[in-house]
Amino acid sequence: MFSSLMGWVDARFPATKMWEEHLSKYYAPKNFNFWYFFGSLALLVLVLQIVTGIFLTMHYKPDAALAFASVEYIMRDVEWGWLIRYLHSTGASAFFIVVYLHMFRGLIYGSYKQPRELVWLFGMFLYMALMAEAFMGYLLPWGQMSFWGAQVIISLFGAIPFIGDQLALWIRGDFVVADATLNRFFAFHVIAVPLVILGLVVAHIIALHEVGSNNPDGVEIKKLKDKNGIPLDGIPFHPYYSVKDIVGITVFLFIFSLVLFYAPEMDGWFLEHANFVPANPLKTPLHIAPVWYFTPFYAILRAVPSIAGSAFPGVVAMGLSIVFLFLLPWLDRSPVKSIRYRGIYFRIAIVLFVISFLGLGFLGTQPVTPLYTLLARIFSVIYFAFFVLMPIYTSLDKDKPVPERVTFK
Amino acid sequence: MRTLIFALFFSYLSLISGQVMANTDGIHLDDVEVDLSDKASLQRGAKTFVNYCLSCHQASFMRYNRMAKDLDLSDAQVKENLMFASEKIGDTMTIAMRADDAKKWFGVTPPDLSVISRSRGTAWLNTYLQTFVLDDTRAVGTNNLVFKDVGMPHILWKQQGYLNHDEETGHLSHASEGSLSTYEYSVMVADLVNFLAYVGEPSKIQRLELGKWVLLYLFLFFLVAYPMKKAFWRDIH
Repeated sequence: MFSSLMGWVDARFPATKMWEEHLSKYYAPKNFNFWYFFGSLALLVLVLQIVTGIFLTMHYKPDAALAFASVEYIMRDVEWGWLIRYLHSTGASAFFIVVYLHMFRGLIYGSYKQPRELVWLFGMFLYMALMAEAFMGYLLPWGQMSFWGAQVIISLFGAIPFIGDQLALWIRGDFVVADATLNRFFAFHVIAVPLVILGLVVAHIIALHEVGSNNPDGVEIKKLKDKNGIPLDGIPFHPYYSVKDIVGITVFLFIFSLVLFYAPEMDGWFLEHANFVPANPLKTPLHIAPVWYFTPFYAILRAVPSIAGSAFPGVVAMGLSIVFLFLLPWLDRSPVKSIRYRGIYFRIAIVLFVISFLGLGFLGTQPVTPLYTLLARIFSVIYFAFFVLMPIYTSLDKDKPVPERVTFK
Repeated sequence: MRTLIFALFFSYLSLISGQVMANTDGIHLDDVEVDLSDKASLQRGAKTFVNYCLSCHQASFMRYNRMAKDLDLSDAQVKENLMFASEKIGDTMTIAMRADDAKKWFGVTPPDLSVISRSRGTAWLNTYLQTFVLDDTRAVGTNNLVFKDVGMPHILWKQQGYLNHDEETGHLSHASEGSLSTYEYSVMVADLVNFLAYVGEPSKIQRLELGKWVLLYLFLFFLVAYPMKKAFWRDIH
């Protein structure tokens, strides 16, 4: 009965073919470790954000006069509204945690390297779309931090020479962040950017499944196949990694629920205190802080001294800090992918990079002091040196021999 | 434009300090324990709130009947004892004073207190309510140690009495006694802050209640999922 039904469908739509290509006969390396949970977790959080977002839009009002109250209405009067809203707000931070760990995995195991350059590029575009999504979503509750955060960030566009002012005006749709801005950000947040994200996720996965997954050893499993053409070190994604990911998802949801139910504000890191004050264009808050996931780039922005009174160099530096990530596949000259077989230079570079990224993240939340500015400048230099010097230190590095087959470590 | 960017930058730069809630002029903030299961405390706090706060401040997102349910009170009890400003039990806690009138009279519209516990924090509220001190330079005769030049007078003066603040030593002393002892007054304030914490997030009661069941479910699910993974992976080396 079922097979005849599937036969009917398969004659009209490649359902079985797709199932096999992407799940039951997609051969993934058998040595995935802890770091390989975060791709499927990112997908899970994306679905969570979309589903909770749909329910939020049923009650949220994208109107400067109503937005703040409508969020409180959701928190109080809508059945289960508080849960939906906290799932969405906690999900936003969880998304970035998962994505940062996912990207770090790519970095240490060389998953961006040939032949996976496009997987990396699609991923980087996804990361940018995610940042835009998060930034515009943060305006919607229309609290003080929503308003002033958006005001500051949009003003950055104003620092671009010649066209800056007009550009910032065009983005806002008004002379300050206002109802027009809120409405367009709502449109971008609920439809435009999610469409882009979904399209990029499909491209990211198709590109990945075309070339096959990398692994902690950085060994290409497709080089050695059995007589049926199945990689010797490959196992079908389903059921092996579907059952494994269920375990990862359970652990993730446990930690996620701890935050969701017991610390949804995360002491101001996930939901900032000042955002419980309605937006007031006439009153600049004493403390304006970007949400934690933007702070490394924010720290770079303000570490760069302005030239002739223009903040433009800082804006350029911030932009470059993202652009360099895109270029990784071509900056890395080592023939070896995984950090397990890399030489000492790359290992040191990764450690310094992580320290500088976390350091910048911390400094981005702190007030400017001479010491902090100095530290931010040092960390910024290290951050950029990691990329700029990469062609040199990866060519000089004494890499170790890479094994033929994958290992379990 | 450039000036605006700089002004914004400056505020953005110089004012980020972790997740600090408010400028407290370096005064140490005393926190209170928030316990939403202590219904007696919440009821006492509600009484103080409707009698002393809910004439100038509103809590326009808080409904009376929601409060009745969460504080173990009947609608009739709330109507008789706690509802002076509204007619219907389903109303929110609004007041009759118009915002622009209030601004004329106090110089500033008294803020809505619905989510004040979430923006200011309970430690700040607790300290604020205990540190009104005499100050001749102010029109209302008092100032506040954590909210300098606040427009609000010392509403609970009858209970606390008036305090003098020695600026050199930082010591507080009674200029006049109130009807409550220092301890009794601190309990009154703690109850009020507890109530404001409840008003800030009434769903916290459901949130804490549901959380443990979700965690228990996930734990039990893990006990199934992990052996299942082990079983599937038995032959993979």
